[in-house]
Amino acid sequence: MTMLQDRPTDTKLISKVPDGALADKWDNFKANAKLVNPSNKRKFKVIVVGTGLAGASAAASLAELGYRVDAFTFHDSPRRAHSIAAQGGINAAKNYQGDGDSVSRLFSDTIKGGDFRSREGNVYRLAQVSVNIIDQMVAQGVPFAREYGGLLDNRSFGGAQVSRTFYARGQTGQQLLLGAYQQLSRQIGLGGVRLFNRCELVDIVVIDGRAAGIVTRDLLTGELTSHAAHAVVLATGGYGNAYYLSTNAMNCNVTAAWRAHQRGAYFANPCYTQIHPTCIPQADETQSKLTLMSESLRNDGRVWVPKNFDETRAAHEIPEQDRDYFLERLYPAYGNLAPRDISSRAAKRLVDKGLGVGPLKNGVYLDFADAIGRLGRNVVEERYGNLFEMYERIAGENPYDQPMRIYPATHYTMGGLWVDYELQTTIPGLYAAGEANFSDHGTNRLGASALMQGLADGYFVLPYTISNGLAPLLNKTVPGTDHPEFKRVETAAKARFQGYLDIKGTRSPDFFHRELGKLIWNYCGMERDRNGLEKALTEIPALYSEFKTDLRVTGTGEGVNQTLEKAGRVDDFFQLGTLMCKDALTREESAGGHFRVEYQTEEGEAVRDDENFCHVAAWEWTGDENNATRHEEQLSFESVQLATRSYK
Amino acid sequence: MTRTVKNLTLKVWRQNGPDDKGHFETHVIDSITDEASFLEMLDVLNERLIDENKEAIVFDHDCREGICGTCSLMINGQAHGPQRATTTCQLHLRSFNDNDTIVIEPWRASAFPIIKDLMVDRAAFDRIVESGGFITSPTGGAPDANLIPVPKPVADAAMDAAACIGCGACVAACPNSAANLFVGAKITHLNLLPQGQAERYKRAEAMVDEMDEHFGSCTNHGECSAACPKEISLDVIALMNKDYRSAKFKNRKQLSRK
Repeated sequence: MTMLQDRPTDTKLISKVPDGALADKWDNFKANAKLVNPSNKRKFKVIVVGTGLAGASAAASLAELGYRVDAFTFHDSPRRAHSIAAQGGINAAKNYQGDGDSVSRLFSDTIKGGDFRSREGNVYRLAQVSVNIIDQMVAQGVPFAREYGGLLDNRSFGGAQVSRTFYARGQTGQQLLLGAYQQLSRQIGLGGVRLFNRCELVDIVVIDGRAAGIVTRDLLTGELTSHAAHAVVLATGGYGNAYYLSTNAMNCNVTAAWRAHQRGAYFANPCYTQIHPTCIPQADETQSKLTLMSESLRNDGRVWVPKNFDETRAAHEIPEQDRDYFLERLYPAYGNLAPRDISSRAAKRLVDKGLGVGPLKNGVYLDFADAIGRLGRNVVEERYGNLFEMYERIAGENPYDQPMRIYPATHYTMGGLWVDYELQTTIPGLYAAGEANFSDHGTNRLGASALMQGLADGYFVLPYTISNGLAPLLNKTVPGTDHPEFKRVETAAKARFQGYLDIKGTRSPDFFHRELGKLIWNYCGMERDRNGLEKALTEIPALYSEFKTDLRVTGTGEGVNQTLEKAGRVDDFFQLGTLMCKDALTREESAGGHFRVEYQTEEGEAVRDDENFCHVAAWEWTGDENNATRHEEQLSFESVQLATRSYK
Repeated sequence: MTRTVKNLTLKVWRQNGPDDKGHFETHVIDSITDEASFLEMLDVLNERLIDENKEAIVFDHDCREGICGTCSLMINGQAHGPQRATTTCQLHLRSFNDNDTIVIEPWRASAFPIIKDLMVDRAAFDRIVESGGFITSPTGGAPDANLIPVPKPVADAAMDAAACIGCGACVAACPNSAANLFVGAKITHLNLLPQGQAERYKRAEAMVDEMDEHFGSCTNHGECSAACPKEISLDVIALMNKDYRSAKFKNRKQLSRK
């Protein structure tokens, strides 16, 4: 076992990874987990918040087992969750191609991809259950791509040398989510799940150290309601919208996770955010979100910027000698296929220098002229036609005639609520699944692994671990919504929303969100350094105090009020943003998506510090967002050797 | 590169709750760039309304990538506006001319009651899916994924139908507010696949019967398919009708017991 640090793991951060060889841990857990007998399951109520891949699959599976499930979504329908936007695919160690894949290989690819900052036991289990996910989804009718013989097709993806990615055109996330949604719908129809739509979690109720339920706000009436349960699952997604501009959906937010944090759940690695290199750059100040263009485009597109700072010619008029194909120049071995973090940083450095392209000089070219010349327009159209169309719809330029413009954007957040092997947070009875937890991707998630993790957590992990947590509660009384703590939390939530309305300042929630996003992007985005982060830690609180005195929310607390909803979400992003910067400041190393300028080689590669930072940083709320306490869970590696990533 | 700037006049439907009568409100948008999307234009307008101490216009939206199906809007009487195969969130202002007047309304269908302004309640779609829009396959009991080969053309046709985003444009575009394209798409997706055969006829019957509780009847106008941002084909309605008819024959025994 490689144990690099002799620093202790905090007592609250016991991972509970079972004993035994890596391959036996999950079996050992299941063999020893406590069960609830079928006729007793209906005595337990489980709340699931969020109906994306993790939430819908968990709610459906738990209801099938016989638990009484209440599912909550702030959307009008469970089918809207942002899992739906995932394009590329889902990884699974099926080895249907016979190309050398295995559970151990998917495991080691994921650990390496995460730059050795994830927990071995969890990641191995993820690789193990990946094969069950594909079986499950095919049985549900997910129309995965097939070969002519009728068997499932696979494609390859970044960070792997095998073809293990299953896909449904460019809409894999949509098809998987609809599969889980349909299974959930069946349970709703059967009465196993009660669905609360257009209903947002506003707080979590903890009584005697245990999660006792939640308080929600009905988005149509503004009414606050308490819900009690034996266990609460948060499957509420990531916090990429802290940056304002991201590839997340407009309503993605951190509120559920943040409220859990304020109620005692530790928040792990908030600075681990993934920046995706190929998004369409911002067009103007009105822009509300960024759209991802599939990474597969880099297989045939060449990335370049003009060499001259004062270049004014159209792209096709710029001769070869005046172009800088910088990825090919800097990373000859990988060229335009250099990994996400590396490519993103290279583009940023040139744009920062003033070499960007487009009306706002905020992008780099992704040029298909060579590919069209080499393969013919037909082949390019066959491969990327739908993406080209999407680009044209958004950017208004035809990528067959002029190069695409791309720029990196926030895409996914690896950090999240700290959970143990059972996906339980530091609040007993409160679980976190999918992107909302921190557990499986370390500092960098591999492509096609988010869908895998969401479904693994919901289908194949939580149903086992929750029964282990519930069994000891059999025939014990748990607090109901008549407990005074529920009323107290409800009253506080009501006051919070009334507070936003009462400020009566001059600026909209969107104004503050935009300004906050700029700060976090500039100081805690693709590159971070001590100076910038320290600056952020004074500028964010300053903007936050302006928010508290100058916010304007029109309308009332009753009925639909999207401005009020937004105000609450932005409030939480302010506090989270502070923690992100604090986490980035205290992690004095570079690893995966967390790149500290001070810690790099001469060639600009990330330099990890395994001596001092081979741990998860988990933050404890102290009542003041500027003074969170940092705790550590030490990471140990039994089966992989810590190595330096290199792409030269 | 030149940046085009436009002035637009918007006539927006405002309705302060399900029981309010509702009215059009006119707003002038000055010098907004072509780069802005339709919903970003509404964002700009909403920020201005907040500036003027007025309530923002309520509208549903989320992913803004044309896949979640949350956004809606009748734009000049067309569901999702003038651009073919494009949701409102992906529609950009280059589709409009300088000084255009644009009429913006919610989906209009009795099965989609208006909640506020441009936001409607599409829960009837969920009720239909709950009635049978699934393959019963409890977690953990699935056989190996490659056990049953699915011919590629079948998988492709199922995928074509499965591409539906559940936005409701088909219902909004239909003169009868029928939901046949939506329901047909789901039935086609599941009924074509070998995995969906066990419940094929029960599914068709349950979903169509549930649909008839909420929506009008189909008279083959084809407006639904023309408005569909995913270009779902009318063929799905033919398959639905065929399976529904078969179901009624096959299930006569059960029917007589009712």
